[in-house]
Amino acid sequence: MQALVVVAHGSHLNPDSSTPTYRHADTVRETGVFDEVATAFWKEEPSFREVLRTLNSEEVYVVPLFISEGYFTEQVIPRELRLAEFDVDQWDSDGTSASSTTLRATDVDKTVHYCGPAGTHDAMTDVIVRRAESVTGDDEVGEGFGLAVVGHGTERNENSAKAIRYHADRIRESGRFDEVHDLYMDEEPEVDDVSDHFDTDDVVVVPLFIADGYHTQEDIPEDMGLTDDYRTGWDTPTEVDGVNIWYAGAVGTEPLMADVLLERARDAGAAVGTAVEEVREQTRAGAD
Amino acid sequence: MTAPAVARLSSAVREEPVACDGLHAEYDDNYQFSIPDADIEESGLSEDEFETLAADHEPYVTNWAYWNEDRADADDAFLRWLEAADETTVPERYESLRAGMSRSWGELRIEVRLDDGARRYEIRHSDDVGEDGLEPHDEPLDARSLVTHDDDGRYRPLKTAPSLPHGWVFADQTGRECVETVEYIYPATVANWYLERQGELDIDHWEPTIGRQSGIYGVVQTWNRGDSHEHVNWVAEACCDDSQCVKRREWQYDEETDLDVPGGDGEFPCREPCSLVIAAARKWTRLEGEQEQAYEFTLTPSEKEQVEEIIDAVADGRADEIREADTSDPANRYRARYLRAKRFDEDGNLSGTATESSE
Repeated sequence: MQALVVVAHGSHLNPDSSTPTYRHADTVRETGVFDEVATAFWKEEPSFREVLRTLNSEEVYVVPLFISEGYFTEQVIPRELRLAEFDVDQWDSDGTSASSTTLRATDVDKTVHYCGPAGTHDAMTDVIVRRAESVTGDDEVGEGFGLAVVGHGTERNENSAKAIRYHADRIRESGRFDEVHDLYMDEEPEVDDVSDHFDTDDVVVVPLFIADGYHTQEDIPEDMGLTDDYRTGWDTPTEVDGVNIWYAGAVGTEPLMADVLLERARDAGAAVGTAVEEVREQTRAGAD
Repeated sequence: MTAPAVARLSSAVREEPVACDGLHAEYDDNYQFSIPDADIEESGLSEDEFETLAADHEPYVTNWAYWNEDRADADDAFLRWLEAADETTVPERYESLRAGMSRSWGELRIEVRLDDGARRYEIRHSDDVGEDGLEPHDEPLDARSLVTHDDDGRYRPLKTAPSLPHGWVFADQTGRECVETVEYIYPATVANWYLERQGELDIDHWEPTIGRQSGIYGVVQTWNRGDSHEHVNWVAEACCDDSQCVKRREWQYDEETDLDVPGGDGEFPCREPCSLVIAAARKWTRLEGEQEQAYEFTLTPSEKEQVEEIIDAVADGRADEIREADTSDPANRYRARYLRAKRFDEDGNLSGTATESSE
């Protein structure tokens, strides 16, 4: 038997924090390729501490639903899951290239394949592009458009900005959009001045966050000038300084994220059959 | 016609001996069948004789068939506990199951009953026993969103807080669906309850739990007062009392030092301080870093008691229940507003006494 465990931050205050985690886990569950699909949280239940004991499967694939490598993926999650043998060198990562490592948890008789975060997988690039398609309602969006990938910045973790740059570079190299830039909340280049960074008349802004919350629904929309007061909402697109801003909200809410979880597990050795292709197709049809 | 369970039993017995809840059956060239409780012990049986005898004691056979299904050990133990399988004989139990047998699990009431010979499970809020018109659900996954908010629409950050919403029922579930539903409502409680029954529950006490914290929770590590663990008593009294969480707190200060406050009467254990306790303890760590100082306030005796009643009302979650016009309740809103109007200065200081001393 094989299980997928999606581990995420969760929140004591915001019930929407766990919504994307549940939704993507449900999508994977419906494919039927895992005997069990579970979720676990730092701030909700089951905790990282107690999720493994709820499973019957001997092979467990743990995928962190986090944007970047860092404190949570390298310290908190392995410690709380009791992956005593974990050493960050096992990932041999340059900051965005962690794949997986196979370990034993000390409290259960199971093999745990501990994967790198969803946010740094190559398939995440496709999710950002899909997010741009969703928010514009155009499957071909690109020509005449700029794309801004927005991150928190390096305040606590330099890998956070590395992940943003990694995907922005990949999308730029694909040549699909006229311009692609990475912008940040707390460092240059800043998201506040989004129109200064683009020559295109239309710019899609995709924040690389897992869930919608304070940053994506209050902070960034106000900083970008989409609205003076987040409570009154904003139009999509909204014209700011002569540029149409298509603000996408947290990329982690895009249904295609479920594909990244599957690919992370597949890369670590999980048997997923044709689920990757199914989910890619199904989330497109189901996209808003 | 041979009942399916009887046919399954005779074929299973040819593979290996069967023993379940007082039923014993074996095969060695011919069949042996015994139920000591019913004074039955027959050997040298042909297949037909065996199946006829088994059919005469069908509850024992269907009972074996049910408990022989492939199921995780913890789930099996939980479902058996629901019907007190280790404490009753099969005929007694089947009699009770026809009427329905119930157990409480946190705020849940779980009933198992025999329906056309098959076990069916029903889950509802224990306050909703006897209620009609509850919203019916089938899918275990529905439970996850049902319990996200309390009856007043407030987010429940702690799944085991005694604020489970009312008004729903999972009326007709299989055993597997029942356990799955319980797990969505109270995650990991079955697994930890089972480990405890096996004598294998891994309890992480306060000391090692705060010892492994890092990042913004690393400050909690420093919050020890020499040999004293009084502050941890206050944490447990504040967060882990039965009025706040339906788990039974099994963690103590450390391996040698028990806390002085009750762990509660919950059916399932709490094996370490949870993330809410750690997050609250971080706040208290910071607050407890302050030095005490003496303040002087002028209050009437009733006003002093009123301040105490207001703290009690908030601490017991009673503030919302106090009726608007019930001015006999010291924590009544008009009473509190009157006290504020009378005793606070324009800066919000009680009795005009500044929080920081002026020198």
